Amino acid sequence: MNKTRVLCFLLASIPFLAICFSVPLWDRVYPLVLGLPFNMFWLIAWMPLTSLCMWGVYRLRIKGAQGETASAKKGAAR
Amino acid sequence: MKPSAIALPIIFGIILVGAVTGVYAGFRRQMNLEQWTVAGRGFGLILVWLLMAGEVYTTFAFLGASGWAYSRGGPTLYILAYLTLAYVISFFLLPRIWEMGRKFSLHTQSDFFRQRYNSQVLASFVAIVGVLFIIPYLQLQLVGLGIIVQVASFDAVSRSLSITIAFVIVAGFVLSSGIRAVAWVSVLKDSLMLLAAFIVGIGVPYHYFGGIGAMYRTLVQTKAAHLTMPGSTAHMGHGWYISTVLLTAVGGFTWPHTFASNFSAKSGDTLRRNAVIMPLYNLTLPLLFFVGFSAILILPGLKNGDMALLLTVRQTFSPWLLGLIGGAGALTAMVPAAILILTAGTLFAKNFFRPLFAPAMSDDNVARLAKLMVVVITGVAMYFAIYSSTTLVGLLLFAYSGIAQFAPGVVFGVYWKRVTTMGVFAGLMTGLATGMLLTLTKHDPLAGLNAGFIALCLNVVVTVAASLATAPQRDRFEEQLSSIAATQGMT
Repeated sequence: MNKTRVLCFLLASIPFLAICFSVPLWDRVYPLVLGLPFNMFWLIAWMPLTSLCMWGVYRLRIKGAQGETASAKKGAAR
Repeated sequence: MKPSAIALPIIFGIILVGAVTGVYAGFRRQMNLEQWTVAGRGFGLILVWLLMAGEVYTTFAFLGASGWAYSRGGPTLYILAYLTLAYVISFFLLPRIWEMGRKFSLHTQSDFFRQRYNSQVLASFVAIVGVLFIIPYLQLQLVGLGIIVQVASFDAVSRSLSITIAFVIVAGFVLSSGIRAVAWVSVLKDSLMLLAAFIVGIGVPYHYFGGIGAMYRTLVQTKAAHLTMPGSTAHMGHGWYISTVLLTAVGGFTWPHTFASNFSAKSGDTLRRNAVIMPLYNLTLPLLFFVGFSAILILPGLKNGDMALLLTVRQTFSPWLLGLIGGAGALTAMVPAAILILTAGTLFAKNFFRPLFAPAMSDDNVARLAKLMVVVITGVAMYFAIYSSTTLVGLLLFAYSGIAQFAPGVVFGVYWKRVTTMGVFAGLMTGLATGMLLTLTKHDPLAGLNAGFIALCLNVVVTVAASLATAPQRDRFEEQLSSIAATQGMT
């Protein structure tokens, strides 16, 4: 597995860790944030944060694909 | 004037506008979805965002999520998590499926299984199982539409009559307009729905408590336990939350109708960019939770939580606003119902009946059979809607426990060369049988886990084991997969 792939996978698993598997850590009422119970606030906050993670994956993919084409071209030139 | 004499005509007026828009769009062929999306670019970013945000409001979210927030509390939060995580999965999976669809010109989910596993029997089986689990999803829309009619009539119209009216509206809408119309009506639906969500989500807490924060402060003092898991349920704790989020996030893209819309995407890259942006559209979904939680304080002790939102609206606002919100809700039930029915009718006629029983059937007769199935399938859903008392969210969870069993066949299908037809068949049968058995014997949740998730785990194990035990089907699959991998780059 190449490095970009691993990075993509790690970045995409962050939302799963944050709002699925870690539920015992944040499923609480206090502290109220912006008037909302903490669990509600946490899930809402992770909507834009998930988008951010996936944007990162998207950028990494493009960079990775460019790298691959570049090395493929190098190989062909040889 | 009786308040129902104001609310009901407004609702039926909105339904009529929706239906006329649909029929009109059906006549004017040149006004197609393509043109609408092009016009969409001219609309400007904010309006497009508003329309897309309106998309996330289904009957499930509108009445179901608020209803569960009212009756179950904390466990309802799974909805916010799974709708976000489904897009993370879709980022990796959908472009691969799309690529396969483009390569072999596939139209339905059943086509995908036939192409990938080279088995008409498996493809037809997938089609009929898809139709079967569309029924509870459709039932959900009919029950929701029925609740709207019942509440807006101030209980003058009974539950079963309301659902029958809902059946007539939905079947009539589908038969008179078709899929092209749906895109147009959904523009109306999305904008009305977003307006309705803001009115109720902000208006209700403001009216009674002076704001959302104040509403929560009051609720915390009296019913703090309701707000965390397991809320007001006995078994829906953190294990249930994790297993349900995983099941529904995976099941989110194994629906037959989402498969079809996935194939129609412009490119794999469009699907990836969508997956990046889509979680942002869920941001207004919590508005519906606010109403459900407010209703606990405003109207305690309701027997049917799914009615909480509309009864709160009825008690708080004037009848014409109830009519507007009810009308928005009605379109919200009609649009998805139409898409579901059209998918189910086509799957039954084209992917199940013709290949298995009448290979010589003409295209015209297939279309006729599909139309007949529209009435039959909607009728079956109406029967269940009248005679079952499952909550709206419960209905969708049941549907997901079946639909998600397609996931191994889909995911391994685009990622694992060694998966075999027998493997997928064996896994699918195991998953479906386990899920049904546990649900029907009332063992859901089992050991604190969602029964559908347990079924899916067994499904995966059996699919892998049976695939490894049967002879590899390299010749055909390797070629298909490597052609996908080549065009997909590194994902």
